[in-house]
Amino acid sequence: MNLPYYPGCTLKANAENFEDSAIKVMEILDYQLNEMKDWVCCGTVFSMTTDDLMLQLASIRNLLRAEEQNLNELVVLCSMCYNTLQRAKKFITEDEENLNKVNDLMYKENIRYEGTVDIVHLLTVLKDRVTFDKIKEKVKKPLSSLKIGGYYGCLLVRPKEFAIDDFEDPTIIEDLFSSLGADGIAFPYRLECCGAYQTITKKDVTIKRTYEIISSARRAGCEAIVTSCPLCAFNLDQRQKETSEEFVEFEQMPVFYFTELMSVALGGGWNKNWTKLHYVNPEQILKEKGLI
Amino acid sequence: MSYEISRNIVKNELVDKIEELSGQNVFDCYQCGTCSAGCPVVEYMDIMPNQVMRLAQFGATEDLINSKTIWICSACLQCSTRCPKGIEVAKVMEALRSINLRKRVGTLDPNKIETEDLQDLPPIALVGAFRKLTG
Repeated sequence: MNLPYYPGCTLKANAENFEDSAIKVMEILDYQLNEMKDWVCCGTVFSMTTDDLMLQLASIRNLLRAEEQNLNELVVLCSMCYNTLQRAKKFITEDEENLNKVNDLMYKENIRYEGTVDIVHLLTVLKDRVTFDKIKEKVKKPLSSLKIGGYYGCLLVRPKEFAIDDFEDPTIIEDLFSSLGADGIAFPYRLECCGAYQTITKKDVTIKRTYEIISSARRAGCEAIVTSCPLCAFNLDQRQKETSEEFVEFEQMPVFYFTELMSVALGGGWNKNWTKLHYVNPEQILKEKGLI
Repeated sequence: MSYEISRNIVKNELVDKIEELSGQNVFDCYQCGTCSAGCPVVEYMDIMPNQVMRLAQFGATEDLINSKTIWICSACLQCSTRCPKGIEVAKVMEALRSINLRKRVGTLDPNKIETEDLQDLPPIALVGAFRKLTG
């Protein structure tokens, strides 16, 4: 079955392992992720001011392109793209004046933006369409004894109208990993912000966030963390270098995209090229557990 | 003697601007402090989120415009999600940032990003920071 797919910039750069593993996993599950044509950056962060519609155009143009290509939905992997596209669409389409103004701004486009394209996160596709029962049947190497902390961050659960599950107590990632044979652990800091783009101007803030989030996962018994956001992955994984320098007692923990571990469990294996996109060695724990 | 208690006594043009840009009524806040209690980066702020709302009610807008707080907030929406009055505090923070950014006042100078970081940072970090922190 074909699924129209919006990758976003980071999946073509620092998070190639995310895209690569997602495509592989969906193939195993008999789905084809078809990359839409002519996509651009989604804008990465939703602009919350009421008056500046120009700041919504990056997102809206992608949705317009999808309408042009007669797509009725876009499957998104990156949490930031998912969140920004959803909120931009709502902000523009729920107010007729905004919708008209945005179309006026895009007067050179061939068609009018109508807001017909649904935005769906891959985790929702896995839960509602593929179903976790079907995934369980396809498991070749159960992730037995692997204790996984699902890190949702902000963008999969807030604002609550776009939460992919309960916004205060989600279980979708834990349920997915249970179906893969792992022990999905709901650790206390799984919904807390990683510091996001503050990683550039306020590195000390993100280092402390990383310390607190990973330590929370460690206390809850997690051996690894999974995420679906490349910025969370950067802060929680790459920033462990600085976190170790800052906090002597800090113990490092590998951080995976959820699709990477799905690939291991479903027989797609581990690709050596994914390893170099990680800071904390991801292979060690998989070898210890006899998974690769 | 009668005395009229009214928002008109304390509000000023900047309060109007904050309310216009955020779409929020700052006088809805009754200071329960839930926003500050849930904020993951409150320890780095000079004015806590509930204090931001209180100062806006008092019309102390200069203190808000010049605060560190508005640049620490990463719009994680914890405060907006938990506010029992339904105030989107994160939108008030965004309005305060925007008032600065529209005067070309920001906190990120692209020339000062560390070279080592530039090689590693994902595009979403850079674009996100440019959009939220540069005028």
